[in-house]
Amino acid sequence: MSQDEGIESATGAKDVASSMEVEAFRRLFPVQYIERYLDASVRPDGRPLGRARPTDVVLGQVPTTDGSALVKLGNTTMLAGVKLELCVPSGESPDQGRIAVDFQMPPICSPHVRPGRPAEDACSINEQLSNVLASAQLLDLRELLITSGKSAWVANLDIYCLNADGSLFDAALLACAAALTDLQIPGVAIDDDGKVQIVSPSGDQDQHMLDAEKVSDESKSRRIDKRRLTLGPVPVALTCMLHKKHILADPTAEEETYLQTTVTVAMDSSDKLISLYKPGGLIVATTSTIMDCIALTRIRLKEVNRILIEAAQVKAGD
Amino acid sequence: MANSLKPDEARIDGRTANQLRPLLCTRGLLERAHGSARWQQENTIVMAAVYGPKNVSGKRENSERATVEIIWKMKSGLPGNAEKEAEVIIRRTLDYIVLSAMHPNTGISIIFQVVHDDGAVLACAINAACAALVDAGIPLNGLIVAVSCAVTTNGVVVLDPTKAEEKNFRAHVCLVFPNRPKSTVAGLPPPVAGEPAEHGIITCLTRGAMSVDEYMTCLERGRAASVKISNFSRTSLEHCQRGYEMLNA
Repeated sequence: MSQDEGIESATGAKDVASSMEVEAFRRLFPVQYIERYLDASVRPDGRPLGRARPTDVVLGQVPTTDGSALVKLGNTTMLAGVKLELCVPSGESPDQGRIAVDFQMPPICSPHVRPGRPAEDACSINEQLSNVLASAQLLDLRELLITSGKSAWVANLDIYCLNADGSLFDAALLACAAALTDLQIPGVAIDDDGKVQIVSPSGDQDQHMLDAEKVSDESKSRRIDKRRLTLGPVPVALTCMLHKKHILADPTAEEETYLQTTVTVAMDSSDKLISLYKPGGLIVATTSTIMDCIALTRIRLKEVNRILIEAAQVKAGD
Repeated sequence: MANSLKPDEARIDGRTANQLRPLLCTRGLLERAHGSARWQQENTIVMAAVYGPKNVSGKRENSERATVEIIWKMKSGLPGNAEKEAEVIIRRTLDYIVLSAMHPNTGISIIFQVVHDDGAVLACAINAACAALVDAGIPLNGLIVAVSCAVTTNGVVVLDPTKAEEKNFRAHVCLVFPNRPKSTVAGLPPPVAGEPAEHGIITCLTRGAMSVDEYMTCLERGRAASVKISNFSRTSLEHCQRGYEMLNA
């Protein structure tokens, strides 16, 4: 990497032998290796401390879903897809649809994940995602309603981690938000008995029925055209790593392994704090640290909103 | 139930916004456990049992430190993601105080049984864990104290919310602070940026949306309440009897 070479030459390491030594130092004293960079206010990958990695969002990558997004945050890659299904609204909230979030870390994403029971991290991120989506006003569940008390949409939001290189929650939340912006609700036809039939966008193929019985008379039925959701302010998360006096935004997997204490702040564009998550660790956060993390999140929020708008424009241009 | 509250208005159970529920801490209830504690905040009751340091085998074994294992048992039902997350949070929180390097190649198991959940259950569990670890004689570098607060729809911060308040109010926060360092080992962090060490946040968990100012109010109230709880927990631990009660905290 070009930045790495820059640092090595700056410290006097010029030939292959000394670059081998740097690699050995990195393996043997990982914390000291990272600290040497931090003291020079730079990260091993060449970023300043407070900057997140380059972020890419591509919408509509999975044609079999109703909305999907592929998000890259540096090397961390997340694929999110929304599949809509018809359901009967629950008795407690007859005017609402539902959203079901499922975050998965398959063994392909990291050497630390084994097949079988879901990883501890995956459970934790899954829970955080459900909580943030419930706390934020991104999605109004009433919009998923078709007929009150009778039928509604349940949005199955699945997120797959393809490459786990740190800051998984940030990338997963961005993938969720992007997939929801891409979500298109198919048109439905409702007949007199309240039976709902999905009107396939391509014509008459691939038609589903809530009940086995077909709607025979089209003229009696009510139609709702296909539509998009009106989304509220998008919540954006930024994970910060605390190490001594330093605050490292958007850590990589290497930094997460060796530095350990993280603070994840999620905010939305109305400047509301959606989540502030610090799960223990060896370093305590002071009020000023928290304020610094919030300030970094505000900057990141603007960046991410711009990236999402650009991604939507690219999708619209296709 | 109303989801807003005037600053001076009494809450549904008659407490003021700044009032904690009565605390009760009993230690050594379980015979087989190496240490145990029952922490009660009125109707929220959590039991914690500590086993260890004990044998571990396989990949759990760490040649540099003791492996801390957390098992969370709900009152009823099957454990889901929320329980897994609670286990992760508690383990990382206890990392701050457990001197795990003193017992390498061993394991410490901490088992939580929720006896009754009436809000602030995570804070209650962390306080129970701290008392149980002391009861088991696990080497610690200090004590921690957990406190929960909630923000009403009109922005009033209330301490130690009940289950109904957590559900109806706009947001709630669980905070963990170090207990005031009195006679603990040397090398505690010096005051950072003009703040005493016990103001440092070990763990923070929020639910629901709030403004940054409201969060700062929660922090301030939480810190004030943590002094009361840490005084209680310290007196309770020092008390010759193994049970100690503090009414009207």
